[in-house]
Amino acid sequence: MSKPTIIVVGNGMVGYKFCEKLLARSTQFQIIVFGEEPRHAYDRVHLSEYFNGKSADDLSLSTLSWYTDNGIALHLDDPIQEINRTEKTIHSLKGVTLKYDYLVLATGSSAFVPDIPGIEKEGVFVYRTIEDLELIKACAVNAKSGAVMGGGLLGLEAAKALIDLGIAETHVIEFAPRLMPRQIDSAGSNMLQMKLSQLGLQMHLNKSTAAITGDKKIQALRFNDDSQLAVDMLVISAGIRPRDELAKLAGLHVGTRGGIVVNEKMQTSDECIYAIGECALYEGMIYGLVAPGYEMADIVAAHLTEVDKSFYGYDMSTKLKLIGVDVASFGDAFITEPDCRTILFEDTHKGIYKRINITNDGKYLLGGILIGDADAYNMLLQTVNNKIVLPPDPEDLILGSRGGEANAGAGVMSLPDDALICSCEAVTKGAICSAVNEGGVTGIDGMKKCTKAGTGCGGCVPLVKDLIAGTMKANGQYIKNVVCEHFDYSRQELFDLVKISGLKNYDLVLDHYGKGDGCEVCKPVVASILSSLWNDVIVKQEVIQDSNDRFLANIQKGGTYSVVPRIPGGEITPDKLIVIGQVAKRYGLYTKITGGQRIDMFGAHLSDLPLIWEELIDAGFESGHAYGKALRTVKSCVGSTWCRFGLHDSVTFAIEVEDRYKGIRAPHKIKGGVSGCVRECAEAQSKDFGIIATEKGWNLYVCGNGGSKPQHAQLLATDIDKETVVKYLDRFLMFYIKTADQLTRTATWLNKLDGGMSYLKNVIVNDSLGLGGQLEEEMQALVDTYHCEWKEAINNPSMRKRFAHFINAPDEKDPHAQFEPMREQVRAKEW
Amino acid sequence: METIIATQWIMACYVDDVPENGGSCIKHGDEQIAIFNFARRNEWYATQNLCPHKQQMAISRGMIGSAGESCEPKVACPFHKKTFSLLTGECLGEEELVIKTYPVKIADGKVFVGID
Repeated sequence: MSKPTIIVVGNGMVGYKFCEKLLARSTQFQIIVFGEEPRHAYDRVHLSEYFNGKSADDLSLSTLSWYTDNGIALHLDDPIQEINRTEKTIHSLKGVTLKYDYLVLATGSSAFVPDIPGIEKEGVFVYRTIEDLELIKACAVNAKSGAVMGGGLLGLEAAKALIDLGIAETHVIEFAPRLMPRQIDSAGSNMLQMKLSQLGLQMHLNKSTAAITGDKKIQALRFNDDSQLAVDMLVISAGIRPRDELAKLAGLHVGTRGGIVVNEKMQTSDECIYAIGECALYEGMIYGLVAPGYEMADIVAAHLTEVDKSFYGYDMSTKLKLIGVDVASFGDAFITEPDCRTILFEDTHKGIYKRINITNDGKYLLGGILIGDADAYNMLLQTVNNKIVLPPDPEDLILGSRGGEANAGAGVMSLPDDALICSCEAVTKGAICSAVNEGGVTGIDGMKKCTKAGTGCGGCVPLVKDLIAGTMKANGQYIKNVVCEHFDYSRQELFDLVKISGLKNYDLVLDHYGKGDGCEVCKPVVASILSSLWNDVIVKQEVIQDSNDRFLANIQKGGTYSVVPRIPGGEITPDKLIVIGQVAKRYGLYTKITGGQRIDMFGAHLSDLPLIWEELIDAGFESGHAYGKALRTVKSCVGSTWCRFGLHDSVTFAIEVEDRYKGIRAPHKIKGGVSGCVRECAEAQSKDFGIIATEKGWNLYVCGNGGSKPQHAQLLATDIDKETVVKYLDRFLMFYIKTADQLTRTATWLNKLDGGMSYLKNVIVNDSLGLGGQLEEEMQALVDTYHCEWKEAINNPSMRKRFAHFINAPDEKDPHAQFEPMREQVRAKEW
Repeated sequence: METIIATQWIMACYVDDVPENGGSCIKHGDEQIAIFNFARRNEWYATQNLCPHKQQMAISRGMIGSAGESCEPKVACPFHKKTFSLLTGECLGEEELVIKTYPVKIADGKVFVGID
């Protein structure tokens, strides 16, 4: 017997999802898909990302080969023209006539275009397909101002698109007295309006457009109140119209205001024809979101495979980020007193508005609105959907727990097993927990593969992560960050194991504690641990070092290296300055003063590095470890020796500290600073450790950094003497070296440390773990075994031999390393 | 008619020119070839030295290792850590990059690379 044929009309998100859902349930059908657009199904929800550089391919829901791999015949760019219900055939524009057993209409919707004089003018667009976006993009090149008609969800998305396209003046025109009238109330709209206008969007509410004026091309909008707004382009986003024309032609039952009427099995008035997605009208309602469309797709797939499942309407709660502003609406957002009680929170300073509606007896949450901060959305939605009894102070739900014990995380685990966590893929809490318990899933990637949770809109991902962690914790499973596929240990565990076993080389560590042949992740981690423990010359195990550590210099564009000699505290004699100048000149190096008060020389060929260092070492320089995860610099201000405000000698102290910790390997680079007074010219509070002079001694700050996420260092101890500063620094640095994950700066390490700064203070200052003495000893051992790596390298012939680009032509330089002149120096040629 | 392309074996360097479990670069005319001494597995590999990601002559300075259950031998470019299979030359990340690989023979303490 041949397979029954299912023809899907429409290759949008819901039409695609139907194929996927049906294939998951059965392969006993012949599936044929017709799409009107030239592209196969793509993600329309994230359409605006097309303007931030995502390509049409990035937005595709699958590869083109997915269809052939699954035996689906796909006809693109070929809309269905006619359905013959008696013959059970369809007829397409390109002349294809095919017989069906079942027909699934997933024709979607089109933009509703109001009948306004001038609507046909050039420069007026709708916002629906990639083709629409391409037209908008082309027009935006020459447009200085633009307007969006419609202040709903899609309209604001379109406005964001115009901003992204660089249109200086973007307006939003809304007929209703508020923005997003379907989702939020007027107080929420006011807050949203305030936030959006700060971002440069101009809102016009209560405006109805009377005409679009201009000769051939749009020049202005004229409103009913006779006011005018000059614009170069207009995007219409005034709502959607279900695409029901084909159904209507076939004599199927359609609603008076559009939409194909369906029952709870998504069957139309012809039981062999289904309708799903935005073209379907269920109990007088069109569901204009993707999640209910997916649910409808699943119901048809279930019905075709004789599984009993029905559609009972759908939760229309939404959370989204509009131009950087969180907006969420859930449950019954609009119910008002006396039918409920309402709790409101408004902060016009930060632009936050939160409203929750609770039952009159205070027991249950009914719905609410969140603007500006929607972190609580997932949990609030679950509280509504699962009728969870509210705590005695329900305001905590939107304000957070104030004072007393925080109970973060307990919330997700208290949800019932049938709580729907991922609504796009219909995954329950029970399914997620059993994927952890029985499926052995331990992370979000595994969860996505196992259950598909989080693969749709992605909004539930934080909740899913909390559930994975919560379930593992409940099982007594230990959650850790393993180094990589070769070592099933965290860096801290590996550090302890290597220390206890006394292993001194990478291969032995891998044989004892790992598997496989290692990789570019675990090799430098183990190299760093070995160095932090035994402080041997790192180039003795050159092949496990990151390239920079392997050649003791920083690789730069073009494959040449930069050289940074240590200049402790930023203090340097004129003679040494002259040597740097001479060396740079001799080897044709570009020189620049770094942010850490030293001098960087760029453009050194690999084979020149030993020659350069020979000269530098002769003049008394040492390696600056700019290439290593190690102490870089201790920056200082000029201090009391010259400065009229200086309290103590910050330069001397900086040199002493830099000399003490130089060469020590750590999980990441370490920077320090010493300031001679509270004016803080050394910017010590932006460093991993910062020392600031006070009237009575020194204040010690730790765990700051600049970089992509700047964080101020926090005060560890006040008014202590130099010896105590060094004692605490020994303990602090060693504790960090022993316990941090790889490539984690001190600031991030502190942020993840249970108990945070107060715990750290206890360990370092109050010696709560009784580790103080041991940490100091371990640090002293590293200080005592200091060596200049470059001195070792140039004096060892076999190490020195490695500094050649061609091993069979050691005197030849890489012809690919090329330079261009720039401001009397050279620069690397662009790649 | 069948065409036979003879592989020409060139003497690249000596075995101890290449560090154990690491790589070195050799020059063959205008060509730069990265040679890897995968001592842990007693295997040798050779690839082009140019990383196709940003056109940098640096593959030979990369770290080698293995990927996955099958222990696919690989090398990571030191610039941006793009990793390539030493067997097929294919990029193991998401990029569709590929590097050329060459056969290697060891004889009398010398390393020979096959060029077609």
